[in-house]
Amino acid sequence: MDSLIYNIAAIIAVISIVLTFVRMILGPTVADRIVALDGMTIIAISLIVYIAYFSNRIIYLDVAIVYALMSFIGVIAVARYLERGI
Amino acid sequence: MSKIKSTLIGIVLLFTIWILLAGNSQQELLFGGITVILLTLLFQKKFLVLEDIKLNPKSISYMVIFFFVFLWELFKANIDVAKRVISPKLPINPGIVKVKTKLKSPLGRAFLANSITLTPGTLTVEMKDEYFYIHWIDVKVDDIEGATKSIVSNFEKYLEVIFG
Amino acid sequence: MPLLGSIITLIGSIFLFLGALGIFRMPDVYNRMQAGTKATTLGTILFLLGISFGHAECGCLGKIVILILFVIFTNPVSSNALARAAHFAGIKLTKRSVKDDLGNDNLENKGGEK
Repeated sequence: MDSLIYNIAAIIAVISIVLTFVRMILGPTVADRIVALDGMTIIAISLIVYIAYFSNRIIYLDVAIVYALMSFIGVIAVARYLERGI
Repeated sequence: MSKIKSTLIGIVLLFTIWILLAGNSQQELLFGGITVILLTLLFQKKFLVLEDIKLNPKSISYMVIFFFVFLWELFKANIDVAKRVISPKLPINPGIVKVKTKLKSPLGRAFLANSITLTPGTLTVEMKDEYFYIHWIDVKVDDIEGATKSIVSNFEKYLEVIFG
Repeated sequence: MPLLGSIITLIGSIFLFLGALGIFRMPDVYNRMQAGTKATTLGTILFLLGISFGHAECGCLGKIVILILFVIFTNPVSSNALARAAHFAGIKLTKRSVKDDLGNDNLENKGGEK
């Protein structure tokens, strides 16, 4: 019962990744695309944790932490670039 | 004096993070963590910003209250976003307003800006000295005082006690 | 206990979906940021908490707590930096917006310098 609900939650998360991906393709400006990418990475972190627990590989949690770090630094770098060039 | 205080707060914070990250199973990991934390705090200057935190019983109890107030506001913000997103006509009335804060310390201002971003319908765009420019999804009042009262003052009364 | 965790995870994923829908539907970049930041933050917190409730036996709650704290602290910072950069780069607000104090103040400053 509970694993079914977990799977439904993961499917909803995948659908939302697809929605943000459509916005990343459509987005008229650079900032729109980066906002969509930021949302995608955060949903992807949730999915990485889901995979880590359900394939019994707890080491993947470290992957999620490093991914969160890298996405934060990437967004900050793009913001700096938009502001005054690197 | 302030250097000792900020160093102590830094040690407690970093050591908590280290324990959470590594677990407390192996003693070598604990000693390695302590060594790295001390080395980090020896060669830095930016931890001096932590001296703004006040450590007395009143401010610590306000920290706990602030945490729960923050969670409740985050929950309300999500209900608000959900209502706006689901309704077919997108009921938004956005604009950028200017508000004024009374907080002096940089750490307190940073906490205030982050809290504003995660509360219903507001997003901090720019900070210039004591003025914040805030994107408000549903502009209700037009002047600085009214906007300050309805956006900032809810958190400011806690952060004023915590950070001064 | 696993049932409670799974329901919390389901609620979190619904919030994630609402955030994605907000990013998809809103008219300009600032409104997209509003929906994206708030909904994905609470959605991620609930999703991770629910998963770790359901599997308490592995003893890795610490890393989940680190991830949650990291998301709470960095998500508003990155959206703030991005909003400031977007406004600086001259991306317009949507036509439905009523006022823009920051743009007005910047114009006044430039006028004063000349």
